[in-house]
Amino acid sequence: MIQDSVLGPHKEIITARATDKKILNKSQDGGIITAILVYALEKNIIDGTIVAGDSQEAWKPEPIVATTKKEILKAAGTKYTMCPNLAMIKEATRRYGLEKIGTVGTPCQVMGLRKMQAYPMGLRNVMDKVALVTGIYCMENFPYDSLKAFIQDKAGTVPEKVTKMDISKGKLFIKTADNETAIPIKQTHGYEQSGCKYCMDYVAELSDFSCGSVGAKPGWSTVIKRTEKGTSIIDSAIEDGILEVTETNEGKFGLEMLRKLSTNKKKQRVKNVDKALTMGLEVPFTRSDLKEDILENR
Amino acid sequence: MFEKLMNILKSEENTEKKSSPTSINNGKKLKIGYIHLSGCTGDLMSFTENYDELADLLDAVDIVYGQTLVDCWEMPEMDIVLIEGSVCLEDAHSIKELKEAREKSKLLVALGSCACTGGFTVYAKGGQRAQPQHSSFLALQRLVKVDMALPGCPPSPQIIKKVILAAVNNDMDYLAPFMKFTENQDACGCDLQKRIINQSICIGCGACAAACPTRAMTMKDGRPSFNCDRCVKCGLCYYQCTRSWWPIDQIKKEMGLE
Repeated sequence: MIQDSVLGPHKEIITARATDKKILNKSQDGGIITAILVYALEKNIIDGTIVAGDSQEAWKPEPIVATTKKEILKAAGTKYTMCPNLAMIKEATRRYGLEKIGTVGTPCQVMGLRKMQAYPMGLRNVMDKVALVTGIYCMENFPYDSLKAFIQDKAGTVPEKVTKMDISKGKLFIKTADNETAIPIKQTHGYEQSGCKYCMDYVAELSDFSCGSVGAKPGWSTVIKRTEKGTSIIDSAIEDGILEVTETNEGKFGLEMLRKLSTNKKKQRVKNVDKALTMGLEVPFTRSDLKEDILENR
Repeated sequence: MFEKLMNILKSEENTEKKSSPTSINNGKKLKIGYIHLSGCTGDLMSFTENYDELADLLDAVDIVYGQTLVDCWEMPEMDIVLIEGSVCLEDAHSIKELKEAREKSKLLVALGSCACTGGFTVYAKGGQRAQPQHSSFLALQRLVKVDMALPGCPPSPQIIKKVILAAVNNDMDYLAPFMKFTENQDACGCDLQKRIINQSICIGCGACAAACPTRAMTMKDGRPSFNCDRCVKCGLCYYQCTRSWWPIDQIKKEMGLE
């Protein structure tokens, strides 16, 4: 295991994408999470998975339990607002009777899930049924009304007409059938949820494996293999032709970029944690001067 | 003849010692007691749900005291005593039993939310049969020093097993949070509002809603929404919250990420 305070503990970093065109069309970047969840379902590694599904309102996800390929595909793609996936974990075992639960989460959700696994004080007979924990990279998240403000005020449209949202190259892209608006990320500052100000994790450091677009060319994803379980499922998916691998760019627009973004996030958040602790707020993280390595997620 | 017998007994003692798996806890079995105060027996049911899995553990522990578990009337000295339920001030026997347990145990564990912070028994006002005068129910640490608080309504069989295993293996790192929890005098769903949302650290993950045993906590617009009428004051929403406390070392250890 490589111990790395910037990218979290990991075994290997690769660049990959799904081979299934249907998945690629629907997913955010390389379709890794969608492809692996479908693969895990077909290989009986999981018997269902908690994903961010559609709700009554456009672009406002709500956690659902998907037990078929069709349902997983329907939930593909990133939604830039909170979706309390962990709230469904007990329901997944009770109402859906899952014995092997798959999950996908932002770094903070993966943190919460791991905490539940290490200290399952409530949740009788639930956490031993978690079979796979996949993670996505995340800089920050927005309350739904922030998203609406971007869509209505900046892009001049309505959520129902938006076909895709994407954050890349320092911009938030809002795409409709006939238009595309790019909002510089700087202009979105102040709209993110406040809890993100203290988040020390960019790349879901505690997941089985995590992935995101940063560090990969368009249409591909950078995949970080972490646990035994995560490593073996990625490896066998490659072997079975579910994922294809390309050369990983170690340079300025590759892994260097990933490291830079993660370092920047952590450095900024350390300051916020210090500030909050000085104010006497209850933040569960450690003051920077008491940390051996200020970039560590503690 | 007498000497011969002594030798036989001695060697029998020796072989007995060797055959029992007493390598843990300095060669001695942990003596565990279980005391039931004002609770619903849910914690005990959760505890006993481990019996299949704890078969191995029974080589390392002796359950030496406990209603329904052991036929023993006189409270013995115990390494660990697990106490379920809050203590009723109008019940002299409960108070005596609690104080005696404190004196006779090395480690006193408040098992379940009623023992930790009062749980739903804090709603009691008396006037119920068969003991209408029983009206005041308190968390154990209001009367005696509690070493560890293990909240839950009930705590899951899994966490009870993990805590006992950690105690047997002297894994104080794992147990540290439970020692810290004894500082909390009460618990309520509104802790989440006061100690998480109002502190600007909520991230809307939904852990609180999953942990709530009564669906008093649900998620609305990415934030917990609390129905006070359903709350049994177990505190699980707060303890299970991603942002209330953060056991990173324990997580990395358990997930093979070290």
